[in-house]
Amino acid sequence: MKHRSPSEQHHGKHPRVGDCVAAASSTAQDGMEDKNASTHRELTQNPLKKIWMPYKNGLPEKHISQRKVCMTNCPTLIVTVGLPARGKTYISKKLTRYLNWIGVPTREFNVGQYRRDFMKIYKSFEFFRPDNEEGLKIRQQCASAALNDVRQYLAEDGGQVAVFDATNTTRERRETIVQFAEQNGFKVFFVESVCEDPDVIQENIVQVKLCSPDYTNCNTDEAVEDFMQRIKCYENSYETLDEVLDRDLSYIKIIDVGQRYLVNRVLDHIQSRIVYYLMNIHITPRSIYLCRHGESELNVKGRIGGDSGLTTRGKQFAKKLAQFIQTQSIVDLKVWTSQMKRTIQTAEALAVPYEQWKALNEIDAGVCEEMMYEEIQESHPLEFALRDQDKYRYRYPKGESYEDLVQRLEPVIMELERQENVLVICHQAVMRCLLAYFLDKSAEELPYLKCPLHTVLKLTPVAYGCKVESISLNVDAVNTHREKPENVNVHRSAADALQTVPPHL
Amino acid sequence: MNSHLNLLQPLLQLPSASLFSSVPQFTNSPTLIVMVGLPARGKTYISKKLTRYLNWIGVSTKAFNVGEYRREATRSYNSYEFFSPDNTEAMEIRKTCVAAALKDVFTYLTRYQGQVAVFDATNTTPERRQVILSFAKDNGYKVFFVESICDDPEIIAENIKQVKLTSPDYTDCDKEEALVDFLKRIECYQQTYIPLDDDTDRNLSYIKIFNVGSRYLVNKVQDHIQSRIVYYLMNIHVTPRSIYLCRHGESELNLLGRIGGDPGLSHRGTKFASALGDYMRDQSISDLKVWTSHMKRTIQTAEFLGVQYEQWKALNEIDAGVCEEMTYEEIQEHFPEEFALRDQDKYRYRYPKGESYEDLVHRLEPVIMELERQENVLVICHQAAMRCLLAYFLNKSDDELPYLKCPLHTVLKLTPIAYGCKVESVFLNIEAVNTHRDRPEKKLKHVVLHAIKAPSEN
Repeated sequence: MKHRSPSEQHHGKHPRVGDCVAAASSTAQDGMEDKNASTHRELTQNPLKKIWMPYKNGLPEKHISQRKVCMTNCPTLIVTVGLPARGKTYISKKLTRYLNWIGVPTREFNVGQYRRDFMKIYKSFEFFRPDNEEGLKIRQQCASAALNDVRQYLAEDGGQVAVFDATNTTRERRETIVQFAEQNGFKVFFVESVCEDPDVIQENIVQVKLCSPDYTNCNTDEAVEDFMQRIKCYENSYETLDEVLDRDLSYIKIIDVGQRYLVNRVLDHIQSRIVYYLMNIHITPRSIYLCRHGESELNVKGRIGGDSGLTTRGKQFAKKLAQFIQTQSIVDLKVWTSQMKRTIQTAEALAVPYEQWKALNEIDAGVCEEMMYEEIQESHPLEFALRDQDKYRYRYPKGESYEDLVQRLEPVIMELERQENVLVICHQAVMRCLLAYFLDKSAEELPYLKCPLHTVLKLTPVAYGCKVESISLNVDAVNTHREKPENVNVHRSAADALQTVPPHL
Repeated sequence: MNSHLNLLQPLLQLPSASLFSSVPQFTNSPTLIVMVGLPARGKTYISKKLTRYLNWIGVSTKAFNVGEYRREATRSYNSYEFFSPDNTEAMEIRKTCVAAALKDVFTYLTRYQGQVAVFDATNTTPERRQVILSFAKDNGYKVFFVESICDDPEIIAENIKQVKLTSPDYTDCDKEEALVDFLKRIECYQQTYIPLDDDTDRNLSYIKIFNVGSRYLVNKVQDHIQSRIVYYLMNIHVTPRSIYLCRHGESELNLLGRIGGDPGLSHRGTKFASALGDYMRDQSISDLKVWTSHMKRTIQTAEFLGVQYEQWKALNEIDAGVCEEMTYEEIQEHFPEEFALRDQDKYRYRYPKGESYEDLVHRLEPVIMELERQENVLVICHQAAMRCLLAYFLNKSDDELPYLKCPLHTVLKLTPIAYGCKVESVFLNIEAVNTHRDRPEKKLKHVVLHAIKAPSEN
């Protein structure tokens, strides 16, 4: 299989219709081409990402591929299936958030939203009656409009995965989508949610339907009653994915919020990752607490990285953290730290068992470890500028980038999804990455998220997102947050470069 | 010895048992994986592969094959009639074998603190499965069933050919007789086979694998390790293919006897890369994937192949931290304690500000997972990384892993066969330095330990 190179993707090139092979390169499709040593390309290390890339005649060659998560050359169309209030939108949004975080450009397309945009006003469940011709026509149009946008996103705008969020409860409708995908060279993966537990359905309705724009002017009872009727409209024509009739389709059927899964014909890496993710998420209420280690010796000196211990104030924070955890009265709290001294020292004050994860270690600043920003500017002004130009992708020489960090943290996120109440004591860059996952922050925003010392962020999943409470434990600490300076040019003055460095000893 | 251990602990970064661990705790209770399925459905194949994978990622696992206990007990296998449901005498023997196997499971999980035991037998009736469930309950083990269901006669015939005809049960039979007998054996089980039921078994934790992976049913996954097991089982396949492992061509630092760094190829290294291109072309592989690390020397090597390749940061060489680009002599001179510690436990030893082999394995797990998904792949990597990958395929222990021989300019061709992996070692006839350091004879008492300070409290 050939892959679209990152540069091709950036310029918006798209696969030919009906053809899943990327634009041909000068090499053979199968096997190897006879290449003379003297025609081989020069390797140059990209100064930002520190990636070795082949150059020919001074220009970067295009068909070198970086290990990207999505190893499929065809874009993927994920199609949800299920009655209303079965968690399709919840799954769509969560999956989209996860895929974007691990670096797979993904977007969701919610047909209900298209309907709301078109109709402006929702009257009642009658709109959804199977005999409402007018309603059917409009719903059909909305689905088409959404699919059109899907096509645009995947074929022209560089999207890798599109999540088509609608009921898609009939075989006929699904067949239409399969044909649409085939015409455009997209792979299709169905995600069906089946649930008959009335408590779960009720809870869904309460959490996300009652506050929907459809029901702004209704009281709770009216809204619930109407929604129940709406579900009934779909029930008669609902054709669940069938083991026999749909045996050639790729899908996962989620039964009773994850009690059981039926997985059929997983075709490639990205589908395998999606299945793994969906099988690990749950909806049991819980909270995730994120914080950094207490203030460290190197923090106060304005030095990055290293493996120093806590200052006196840092130790005070650890004690306050212990008290805070006590007052929260959390059931069965798991505590995770990195393998660096400062997070472990912090956890020790809690006097509870904790687990050390190497994956939670702070970003490796390579040759810049334990330096002050002033020193980095002095000895590596080019590096310093490159970092400000693209802080997410920039990799320290012999170190890591935020992008590397995200990859490193993926198993942590997966286990956080599996777990319930967890306190993660980590580091600034690491915490930014985790926070970006929970709050759906982009790669551009991620490296500038504010994660001050001695502050706990309590994240509680609610509806389709995450409630954040920021709790400062009232112990002073240095500020380690460096905003992006105005001047990121490699020829800038030291003063410009150091403009945003926070004060330190 | 104990006092030495305490001194060494901060340097060795040994995990301490109770309060914390260097890897996340997978499960508190041991797990009993129970295979279910008719003969020739791949149960032993799955058991062995799963055991190998779990051990590699650091979960102590052992498989218990009841068939082997039966062979021990009866010494000579006569015919399929041993398995006839009316053969009461044989039934007794078979029950005894199950009990013996379960006893050994108990010893492994409870006494030797193993984390996972794989109970490999047909377990085709609810009664038999209930016996096992009770046993597990009595001992506080979690149970996870893995059922393999297959009705494709071609797959079954292939299984029988690959692993049954060469079984000790059939050493004195000709192939035709063996096949007929084995098919009758399957019939004996078929009469009483009741698969896991969606309804009556809804409270059990299990995965049902249909037709070698085209479909799966997963029920009530309880914890992390079960989730990992499911993910692994859903990614493996039996399509014939080969995996080629080799190192980059000889590098400039190799020539100088220096470890790590990011050097380019030496002249001989480029000749190897060219020879590698020729070799791979001769292999005439359809749809070969080529993977390298992010380090220049593997990429330079791949460039000579003239095909697309993917760079994986996870395939980078072990990070030697403060010892990067040093010669072993320099390490001995500047960090004699470190050097000694490494020789004591090369698998767990972590370079200061660097990595250990144990870290490497953790880092390489996604590579292994993707290798399982893929078909023909050439992996161009580094000595330590290649040792880790090789240990996975050849089921080598932590102890052996860091000393596996992975010389420069040699390609290892791995082809899965029966329950294991065939290895062909191909030296491409381009001379290179030897970078292999054998396990030294030195004992602890030869090491001079200077006063080692414990990490100071602030």
